[in-house]
Amino acid sequence: MNKTINNRAWFLVLPVFILVAFNALIPLMTVVNYSIQETFGNNVFLWSGTTWFQQILHDTNFHDSLKRQIIFTGLVLLIQVPLGLVIALCMPRKGPWVSVCLVLMALPLLVPWNVVGSMWNIMALPDIGLLGKAINALGVPYNYTRQPMAAWFTTVLMDVWHWTSLVALLCYAGLVSIPDAYYQAAKIDGARPWAVFRYIQLPKLKHVLTIAILLRFMDSFMIYTEVIVLTGGGPGSTTKFLSIDLVQKALGGFDLGPAAAFSIIYFLIILFLSWLFYTLMMRTETK
Amino acid sequence: MKKRYIIVALYIVFLMLPIYWLLNMSFKTTNEILGGFSAFPREFTLDSYRTIFTDPSWYNAYLNSISYVLINTVISIVVALPAAYAFSRYRFLGDKHLFFWLLTNRMAPPAVFVLPFVNLYYAVELFDTPWAVALAHTLFNVPLAVWILEGFMSGVPKELDETAYVDGYSFPHFFVRIFLPTISAGIGVAAFFCFMFSWVEMLLAKNLTAVAAKPIVAAMTKTASTSGYELGLLAAAGVLTLIPGAVVIYFVRNYIAKGFALGRV
Repeated sequence: MNKTINNRAWFLVLPVFILVAFNALIPLMTVVNYSIQETFGNNVFLWSGTTWFQQILHDTNFHDSLKRQIIFTGLVLLIQVPLGLVIALCMPRKGPWVSVCLVLMALPLLVPWNVVGSMWNIMALPDIGLLGKAINALGVPYNYTRQPMAAWFTTVLMDVWHWTSLVALLCYAGLVSIPDAYYQAAKIDGARPWAVFRYIQLPKLKHVLTIAILLRFMDSFMIYTEVIVLTGGGPGSTTKFLSIDLVQKALGGFDLGPAAAFSIIYFLIILFLSWLFYTLMMRTETK
Repeated sequence: MKKRYIIVALYIVFLMLPIYWLLNMSFKTTNEILGGFSAFPREFTLDSYRTIFTDPSWYNAYLNSISYVLINTVISIVVALPAAYAFSRYRFLGDKHLFFWLLTNRMAPPAVFVLPFVNLYYAVELFDTPWAVALAHTLFNVPLAVWILEGFMSGVPKELDETAYVDGYSFPHFFVRIFLPTISAGIGVAAFFCFMFSWVEMLLAKNLTAVAAKPIVAAMTKTASTSGYELGLLAAAGVLTLIPGAVVIYFVRNYIAKGFALGRV
């Protein structure tokens, strides 16, 4: 759509601007303040320069939780995106079952995150939970409160349960928007199912897939509540991701300086990667 | 019945299993849950639900949650509507940067904002009120609402606006009487998303409240830690948190697919 240039449109954006500025700029400035100063309470601040940043960047704890975070996000994207795509392709397009499928699939998205955590926490208990009991019955020793591998397996499975539907629903939305004429043309040409997928469906899905990957990347990189309820970051600190590490530092230890520096580095990583996705997405949109 | 539907059916079974397990446990006594494994309740009891509906600290927690979610949804939609219109119809100074800056707030980890938010809402004396949580949640809901609504609005041809002006409508009159009804589906979908993300969030909701405005998500973590393992009660409270979500999905079920693509297909 060709848009007219009109700077008075700023008046329409003003309410959003004020609200978000209040919510985002003031807290962000607080974080920046803490990150470059030393405080002993009583509102006494001393300039500390980049000390906190250097401390965090050389902190092996931070390196470990960052590594865990990257592996987790990578795993989650690798499983959820293909799985969501396959499910969207398999879903019925017409008929009464469509609504049923959509409603049931959207349900996990509306479960409060701490309830997701408790749900899986209870279900994976080795002695009284459905999942834990079933896995142990297969002869595989499984106890997610003791074994790091089991804890990772449960955490990833929980995230797959929680968020694959988002990818599936996005892809489904892309698929139903493809006009029937495309499929008819493919039929006349005698295209095989793979060719239909590769040359008709996939190009049309490029845009929704980018949104899906962007959303899943951002949200899995910030995961906190589900994991803290499920494993508490344990056993040991094997499932301690970035947000858990940060909240422990900020609310638990009151190490405000390092925590603030941590926050800024954390935010910048997400910002940079999301900006990459976003520019890629906008490029596909303008094409 | 086609073969590919089996995959969908299996997936839905996988989604329903944890929900079934939660439901199953909510009808058991805590003793029975801890006593051993059973796939369905042997002594069916509604005691956990009775406790929640009679204990004010439980049902007030639900009311608190619902009140901040509703306040948040209304605020988010009301401020996002004009902004989305501006982004979809006009080019103005710094529009692209502003749009990306809004989106960065959707990317901000709540863990980064917890501590400064507590300070901020103390300072403006909103701490421990539903308003604090509602305003804090606009941090990620307003950008999302703008994004979704802009998608839907861009699908409405500009000729509609021009015809209305030719017919002598003023802008506010046109916007409320003609434009909003045209994109009502988009408003529904945006409201659904605001509701959803505000309802499921715990970190901010828990830390911005203490006693008076304690939300259900915080009430539940307390049950888990202080009074040992009240699993039956925890499960019942969990089941009750699913209901508002299920009701909301039912209302938007016809737009859900388009809505999840953020109005952009």
